[in-house]
Amino acid sequence: MKKLLSGNEAIARGAWEAGVKVASAYPGTPSTEILQFMSAYDEVNSEWSPNEKVALEVGAGASMAGARTLVAMKHVGVNVAADPLFTLSYVGVKGGLVIITADDPQMHSSQNEQDNRHYARSAKIPMLEPSDSDEALRFVKMGFDMSEEYDCPVFVRSTTRVSHGQTMAEVGGRAEGKIKIGIEKDPPKWVMLPAFARMRHPLVEERMARLAELAETFPENKIEPGDKSIGIVASGVAYQYAREAFPKASFLKLGMSWPLPKELFRKFASMVDKVYVVEELDPFFENWMRALGLEVVGKEAFPLVGELTPGLVKKGVLGDAAGGTARKPEPDLPMRPPIMCPGCPHRGLFTALKKLNVFVCGDIGCYTLAAPPPLSSLDSCLCMGAGIGQSFGAQKALGMDGRTKVVSVIGDSTFFHSGVTPLMDMAYNHGDGLVIILDNRITAMTGRQQNPGSGADLCGEASCMVDLPKLAEGLGIKRVKIVEPYDVDATKNTLKEELEAPELSLVISRSPCMLIPESKSVKKPALKVDDEKCSGCKSCLNVACPAISFITEEGEYTSSKGERKKRKGRVTIDELMCTGCGVCAQVCPQGAIIE
Amino acid sequence: MTVTNVLMAGVGGQGIILASEVMARIAAESGMDVKKSDVHGMAQRGGSVTSHVRFGDKVHSPLIPDGESDILMASEALECLRYLHLLKDGGRVAFNLQQIPPPSVSRGQQEYPAGILCKVRERDPQAIGVDCLKIAREAGNPKTATVVLLGALSALLPFKDDHWLEILKEEVPKKVVEVNLVAFKMGKDAAA
Repeated sequence: MKKLLSGNEAIARGAWEAGVKVASAYPGTPSTEILQFMSAYDEVNSEWSPNEKVALEVGAGASMAGARTLVAMKHVGVNVAADPLFTLSYVGVKGGLVIITADDPQMHSSQNEQDNRHYARSAKIPMLEPSDSDEALRFVKMGFDMSEEYDCPVFVRSTTRVSHGQTMAEVGGRAEGKIKIGIEKDPPKWVMLPAFARMRHPLVEERMARLAELAETFPENKIEPGDKSIGIVASGVAYQYAREAFPKASFLKLGMSWPLPKELFRKFASMVDKVYVVEELDPFFENWMRALGLEVVGKEAFPLVGELTPGLVKKGVLGDAAGGTARKPEPDLPMRPPIMCPGCPHRGLFTALKKLNVFVCGDIGCYTLAAPPPLSSLDSCLCMGAGIGQSFGAQKALGMDGRTKVVSVIGDSTFFHSGVTPLMDMAYNHGDGLVIILDNRITAMTGRQQNPGSGADLCGEASCMVDLPKLAEGLGIKRVKIVEPYDVDATKNTLKEELEAPELSLVISRSPCMLIPESKSVKKPALKVDDEKCSGCKSCLNVACPAISFITEEGEYTSSKGERKKRKGRVTIDELMCTGCGVCAQVCPQGAIIE
Repeated sequence: MTVTNVLMAGVGGQGIILASEVMARIAAESGMDVKKSDVHGMAQRGGSVTSHVRFGDKVHSPLIPDGESDILMASEALECLRYLHLLKDGGRVAFNLQQIPPPSVSRGQQEYPAGILCKVRERDPQAIGVDCLKIAREAGNPKTATVVLLGALSALLPFKDDHWLEILKEEVPKKVVEVNLVAFKMGKDAAA
């Protein structure tokens, strides 16, 4: 039966059909929905892990005990999981293990656009690459068979357009895996002591040679003959763009991105007049083909940066002859970037933090939205958890007064992901700076996934909740303060006090995300603007709340001294959006924002 | 049959993703090949959101090639103008006249663009411009504005009303099914 499925739903479905018993992931766009779909299957034990390294280790253990296992992450998540990954390649599997890497060319929601095909090559792991949901479902199933047959984890690489695209896919029933569940001692396989690892490495090389042989005849690496004047090599969604642009061309469509065949490439090159390699991001196939001595057109014609589109493929092949009839966008339109939600507890914290005039090291989450104007109060973002370590390093470099110049902020989920160890570092190595945890009890940016601080697991079942003050105490931190971020002055005073304190201080800014049910307890009726008092000074606009708008309209207002004065405009508050958080009222010098 | 390309645009939180789900489903259930592509992640935080829906005998690219949109559906006026250049010549537009000021306009740094309806009419003289928010309020729930627009869009497509309503019933929250069905019908009437 054919069904319309997103790539992520197809991946989950394929894993379920393949008899998967365990699945783990840390949320990350564009991979997040895979585990959300997975959690709906009763036969599968699914979890949100604190980070991708843990997710892969849980996956490795489940596989070691014979279960077919799916582990999913975004491209940069593989960096976090790289340590177990490279050795898992030596260890291999018992139950099939498929690792999803969901790459994000164009950085729709990421800090870089690394091409994770390189991981398959360097970790010596095969990689399958679907171009739509139907292939995603099939390739995941094939991945489990391949994993067990070749005794290795198998990568399935998706990209944003595959994961978040919907296409028709053939769905089927579930078949349990053939491997028997059970755990047996086998040190040469499971214990990577140097002596055993030295025995495993040749097996890895031998396996990759066998897989390279398979690549020559693998049914998803296929020549689709057509017009001989244009031969296109492509995989993933780039194949679909190229097919759209050149429906009649000859194609070598690669379903397996690593290892790569030699003879198949040579055969295809001999069949066509000119070979174009159409691939997003790096010249991965192109370099391989050039190393084989084949003449190809690649990155000189197609961009190295960002996503491809059918238009870019056409232009790369035909040049100016592709036609330049496309219209230009309307110039100078106001942009519409994402901003913090009305009532977001981060708004109060950053409004207070801004008053301290410090350098703020941050990282990845909704709070990264504090970087652009007018909040302009987040000054670095490198990777998950980086802010704490970066602030500590900067404090060291700045010397004596470093601790009063640089602070760090981190969300609760990011803290659990990779913030505990750098905080431990600060405590251990005599750090005396200020670290702020923005504790909204949820992984908000990716769409509200549970985390170890939420009190519930992926399936919504009640679970324990990390006690942050106790954790800090355990790390040896003596100063721990909790602030209520909607009270801007009190928050500012606490932050100032803690910044000046001569020892390591942890401030927990605690209030639930406005998008989760727990926020009901803090939501209040919408605020109003007293039209008589608003001077149109725009102070309230600096808190960057989407519920507040400035209206250019000359008029008069009554100042706090009772004088009538002229104004150039006034503000209004959208009553449907406002949650009554009161941050804007606290920055209004006229007291014009009222309940 | 060739491929029909519907580009849907709006502001995060307005329900563009839901509207494109309904659009893709109705085409799929009518036996066509369908591809849909949108970017999640930032969708809830008031950013600009688009969804590409393509259907026909055989669809390859999940993205609509530039300048080949047969229909542009926009749930906000500025977002309609932002993507208007992607409409093919002779393409149709259905949009919500509602204006949601983006941050730079709210802060008084930029003006909200004027004359949007005229610019839209230059590309599609029969463009359907509907005050969806007003109609949604009349229907009984301002949150159904994008469903009102979906009703208006349905006037440009060959699918039956009953089929649209059947899918809507399944896609919207159970508590608000009735008001959404009313909103859809009122949107379709407004487009007539």
